[in-house]
Amino acid sequence: MTELSAHLPQFQHGQLTENFPDNHLSNTNDNSERRRHDNSERRRNDNPESETNGQPQNNIQQVVEQDEEEDEELTLKYGAKHVIMLFVPVTLCMVVVVATIKSVSFYTRKDGQLIYTPFTEETETVGQRALNSILNAAIMISVIIVMTILLVVLYKYRCYKVIHGWLIISSLLLLFFFSFIYLGEVFKTYNVAMDYITVALMIWNFGVVGMICIHWKGPLRLQQAYLIMISALMALVFIKYLPEWTAWLILAVISVYDLVAVLCPKGPLRMLVETAQERNETLFPALIYSSTMIWLVNMAEEDPEAQRKTSKNSTYDKQAPANQTQNEDAEADDGGFSQEWQQQRDNRIGPIESTPESRAAVQALPSNSQTSEDPEERGVKLGLGDFIFYSVLVGKASATASGDWNTTLACFVAILIGLCLTLLLLAIFKKALPALPISITFGLVFYFATDNLVQPFMDQLAFHQFYI
Amino acid sequence: APQPELGVPLSPRAFFWLVSLLLASLIWFVSVHLSDREDAKLQYGLLVFGAAVSVLLQEAFRFAYFKLLKKADEGLATISEDGRSPISLRQMAYVSGLSFGIISGVFSVINILADSIGPGIVGIHGDSPYYFITSAFLTMALVLLHTFWGVIFFDACEKRRYWCLGLVVASHLLTSGLTFLNPRYEASLVPIFIITLCTGLWAFITAGGSFHNVLKCLSCKQEDDSRVMMYSALQVPFED
Repeated sequence: MTELSAHLPQFQHGQLTENFPDNHLSNTNDNSERRRHDNSERRRNDNPESETNGQPQNNIQQVVEQDEEEDEELTLKYGAKHVIMLFVPVTLCMVVVVATIKSVSFYTRKDGQLIYTPFTEETETVGQRALNSILNAAIMISVIIVMTILLVVLYKYRCYKVIHGWLIISSLLLLFFFSFIYLGEVFKTYNVAMDYITVALMIWNFGVVGMICIHWKGPLRLQQAYLIMISALMALVFIKYLPEWTAWLILAVISVYDLVAVLCPKGPLRMLVETAQERNETLFPALIYSSTMIWLVNMAEEDPEAQRKTSKNSTYDKQAPANQTQNEDAEADDGGFSQEWQQQRDNRIGPIESTPESRAAVQALPSNSQTSEDPEERGVKLGLGDFIFYSVLVGKASATASGDWNTTLACFVAILIGLCLTLLLLAIFKKALPALPISITFGLVFYFATDNLVQPFMDQLAFHQFYI
Repeated sequence: APQPELGVPLSPRAFFWLVSLLLASLIWFVSVHLSDREDAKLQYGLLVFGAAVSVLLQEAFRFAYFKLLKKADEGLATISEDGRSPISLRQMAYVSGLSFGIISGVFSVINILADSIGPGIVGIHGDSPYYFITSAFLTMALVLLHTFWGVIFFDACEKRRYWCLGLVVASHLLTSGLTFLNPRYEASLVPIFIITLCTGLWAFITAGGSFHNVLKCLSCKQEDDSRVMMYSALQVPFED
């Protein structure tokens, strides 16, 4: 498999960088000419030197210039498609999370907190509660930062085995243990009688197929489905174990961190992507959702929670059958950066998107019809961490809002708009951009605004049966 | 083929509607807090005022969205190869009206739907027992109306027929005002449906439809409808 992956960059001249662009999200905005994928993969190497679509190779640069207009046209045309390709999985993940929250009461019951958030929020005074939540958020964020840096260091010193092992353990835990708990709770909710043997068989099958799909080869749709499922599982765990104020604070702080880590020159995610680009490697697919062929980009994802996250970022790659083999190789290659997967994911969306060269190369290629790749196959990639945090926001909104469905809907629309905008910015700036900040900001603003302002208004209107 | 592109204008539209709703509720909230809470009549009056402000804001945001779409359309046209925008403004108008209607309808009705699952008796405190069914009909009328208003509005803005614009805003205000007559459903439902039908006809004519078109459509003739092509044009044209 490794050889196949290696071949891919080689025989397609300009496509070498294309691997990275996979992780980028493509903006389908009409205004944006290029859609870049926001791949949370940090590996997306953004060569700092190329701000525009300049390729490292000169000829590619010329090609890019010539085809720039065509590319823009194509980008616009493909843009809408790619935005939809991202909307659907994000929506699916959120729907799964909201449906579970609404029906299974386990995930809204307070059963203690994670060790990452040791301070309780049941205090006597508001000030104490605020202080505790700030401390919790600070601890969580520092754990994430440490994990990210650890991942970058491991990657830099080529400890691939460690990373791989980490990712495998995380996905094992997620696919087996957490889905077992989830299944148990669903059965309890619907009062379904079940024996252990059947459950063992089901979980075994689910887990093994999941491991194979995510880390090795598998049908694209199945891979994507598994990635959505593990993202939803992670998000549910977060929603259950994070107390309220801590959760909102963490969401806010992590989007700031994402912004910093991706855009600063010394940011860990950026360094990760650049290192991967230098080595012409792909980031781990296990941490990224890809809507098209599996790109050879390996995204190292950090797992702030050590266990779970790494497996989440599996990328889906929708690939044409031809790419399937390549992708699989790439995935097998990757092993895991599990730590940062969350952050990386977030970062990926940014960095991946913006690798200017790769993007330019990728975009230039289809229009030249040189590459055998279908331009449509340049899918978008989104890190699993982004999936998780979007779902955490919407899930928390549906769990704790007094406005209930209105608030959930408003947050959902806000997140999708944020995603659209991020893709648009990606197309405009052609740089690595983080995918979390805009969506999370909109989501938070809309959550608090809808819950406190719109809800009483709509309530009164509905009471009198007024329509506006 | 049209599907992917439809999704993209759908969400910004919903977003705009949400923002308008947000602003309107902000105004209402502030006004409620500044006023006497105990005075029921005043609260009722403030609610009516809030609803009117919300309607005006919705129309204002519809206009803002139209401007945004125009700009995007021009941008698209300049970079497209044949100087023509791949998306027709009429389809944009339809999609934008539809998404406005969808988000408005969903916001109005989703909590009612959620409550309708739970245990309870409708109207046990003396309110009308037809609450759910009339809500359903009203929401349907509202969604349809928003779609029609979208088409008419965009067309009026295109052709600068400002009296059309004023008429759209006035009919929106009228519809919203008619709902204040609930629960006297004869007084509100019937006129609203009449308005819906008239607006529908008007939108149909504005969009270029006519009796002739309907006949042609019903007889399943091959129509040279370039509108559908517009969306497919957004797909990958491998020929270039």
